[in-house]
Amino acid sequence: MRALRRFLSGGWLPAYAFLYVVFLYLPVIFLPIFSINTAATPKFPLSGFTLHWYEDLPRTPALLDAAWNSLVVGVSAAILSTVLGILAARSITRYRYPGRRTINGLIMAPLVLPEVIVAISMLLVMLQLGLSLSLFTVVLGHVLVCIPYSMTVLTSGFEGFDRSLEEASADLGESAFGTFRRVTLPMVAPAIISSLLVCFTISLDEFIIAFFLTGTEATLPIYIWGQLRFAAKLPGVLALGTLLLFASFLLMTVAEILRRRAARRTQNEGGLYA
Amino acid sequence: MPEQPSPADRPRSERAMIEIRSVTRSYGAFKALDDASLTIGEGEFFSLLGPSGCGKTTLLRMIAGFDNPTSGSISVAGQPMEGIPANRRPTNMVFQSYAIFPHLNVEQNVAYGLKRLKLQGSEEKRRVEEALAQVSLTGLGKRLATELSGGQRQRVALARALVMRPKVLLLDEPLSALDKKLREQMQVELRRLQQAVGITFVLVTHDQYEALAMSDRIAVMFGGRIAQVASPKEIYQRPVNRQVADFLGGMNFVKGEIVEENGASLVVDTLGFGRIKTDKPKAFVRNGGSATLGIRPERLRVLWDNATAKFEVAGKVVERHYFGEITHLIVEIPGLEKPLSVTETNDFGADDIPVGTSIRLAYEPEALVAMAD
Repeated sequence: MRALRRFLSGGWLPAYAFLYVVFLYLPVIFLPIFSINTAATPKFPLSGFTLHWYEDLPRTPALLDAAWNSLVVGVSAAILSTVLGILAARSITRYRYPGRRTINGLIMAPLVLPEVIVAISMLLVMLQLGLSLSLFTVVLGHVLVCIPYSMTVLTSGFEGFDRSLEEASADLGESAFGTFRRVTLPMVAPAIISSLLVCFTISLDEFIIAFFLTGTEATLPIYIWGQLRFAAKLPGVLALGTLLLFASFLLMTVAEILRRRAARRTQNEGGLYA
Repeated sequence: MPEQPSPADRPRSERAMIEIRSVTRSYGAFKALDDASLTIGEGEFFSLLGPSGCGKTTLLRMIAGFDNPTSGSISVAGQPMEGIPANRRPTNMVFQSYAIFPHLNVEQNVAYGLKRLKLQGSEEKRRVEEALAQVSLTGLGKRLATELSGGQRQRVALARALVMRPKVLLLDEPLSALDKKLREQMQVELRRLQQAVGITFVLVTHDQYEALAMSDRIAVMFGGRIAQVASPKEIYQRPVNRQVADFLGGMNFVKGEIVEENGASLVVDTLGFGRIKTDKPKAFVRNGGSATLGIRPERLRVLWDNATAKFEVAGKVVERHYFGEITHLIVEIPGLEKPLSVTETNDFGADDIPVGTSIRLAYEPEALVAMAD
């Protein structure tokens, strides 16, 4: 114990933290760096600056198809999992019933299951159901992996939602639907938008399930994986990857800001403070 | 304490606003409210007073329509409330947490219920302004709920309910989240506001001083039952039983044997106070030969030097507690199993009486009130 404390107080902790962050983010930084390099192989020293690889992207029809597919899948999965997430989160935060914790645990489970196992199981189920593989089956798979994230974001937005707000609305003459529209929805709107963004981002980046469940149509990660076989296509892939990286980062940041705002809004009001 | 205008244990107005008939609310075997009957008059400031879990909030929520009686009936303004949901009842509520809509500003909060009435824009604005003025919030209409103090939130909640012009305003422990000074100020303001608007107020509180200071009448509740309904003065001075007496403040209990009982009075032989002749309460039920008498600590006065009184009792000071404007003395009386609590104002030096001093206390026999155990 004492040795550990001496180790930590000896300035090692900041050094360790620094190394950790470098290890985590250095590979990510290589992506944008090599995507603006003139050479086709990712190697130091850099040979020169170019936006050529980016300019080429919109001129690749297969890429545009994949982007469109990803958009369709992402939006569908985001909406579906958020709707299901709203129902589940509301039930978990609002009502007390036997099995509540178990159900919550089961909904969150896909988060820790090996994704390849989930993908294979889903493939088997889809085939058993007689569904032909398409973007639709990908959406179903993505909904499964998105719901835990959607639940996490939404429960933090719904938790502490003071029930007397809805009662106050009813007391002031508003109907149940009117109360949902005028009080509940605006209060949890930031959490809902945040959930949509998180789910969209996860679906956009998801590879394994999409790989197993798609038919002939590729999503962006599948397209990228296909391109990696050709060395000459690598810079284009890096450029595309950089764009995806920034898009994901941006979406997640906005989602987190909204989630915090929703949580602050409901939780501030829940308590009694004078 | 200010004199209460309403004297009797009847509603101030002859017209009943709320009628509660044999209302019971059970949760399985547990009865949150047990056969409660009550009539609250039009324009009355009525308090439901009791410790937590006594059923007072359950009753209030049933009047509001958030809960339904298991049996019995509630009517408001002559109309039975059975099957009528909260949003169509002529009542409005001020919630304990205030329940201010955080995504709306003060004006929008107050106008929330008016939107349903589809008033003309100018009429709606006028009513909002009027309600804000009633609670002294003029000029704060554009503020967000998060920018308000506790006292201001309380006022917004009040304005939001009053703007609906309800027949009954229900208040669920509205002052419990405020600090002492603000709470006392709001008590006075609430009472004044109620007098001005003339709406029936039903207040739920566990604070006996709040109930005493504001109400026309009080219902004291314990364990789902209504123990006593009366004016604040009556409740404080003539509690029906020990439980009510204790809840309303300090009370010295004296046991005795009944030696004479007739229609209006009771003669009781006590150990410490000797033979006492006192009024017989209307609801007095004799329980064998013994009786319990109670006297409030401030009804015992210290006799200084050679002063004498017609009725006095002698004892020894065993404890002294200083409270600023008053001093609380614990006095042992020969024959009494529990020493007496005495509160004495400090203008004659009660705060300087040494512990161990022998003193004499004066009292009026009428101040000893007979009550059920």
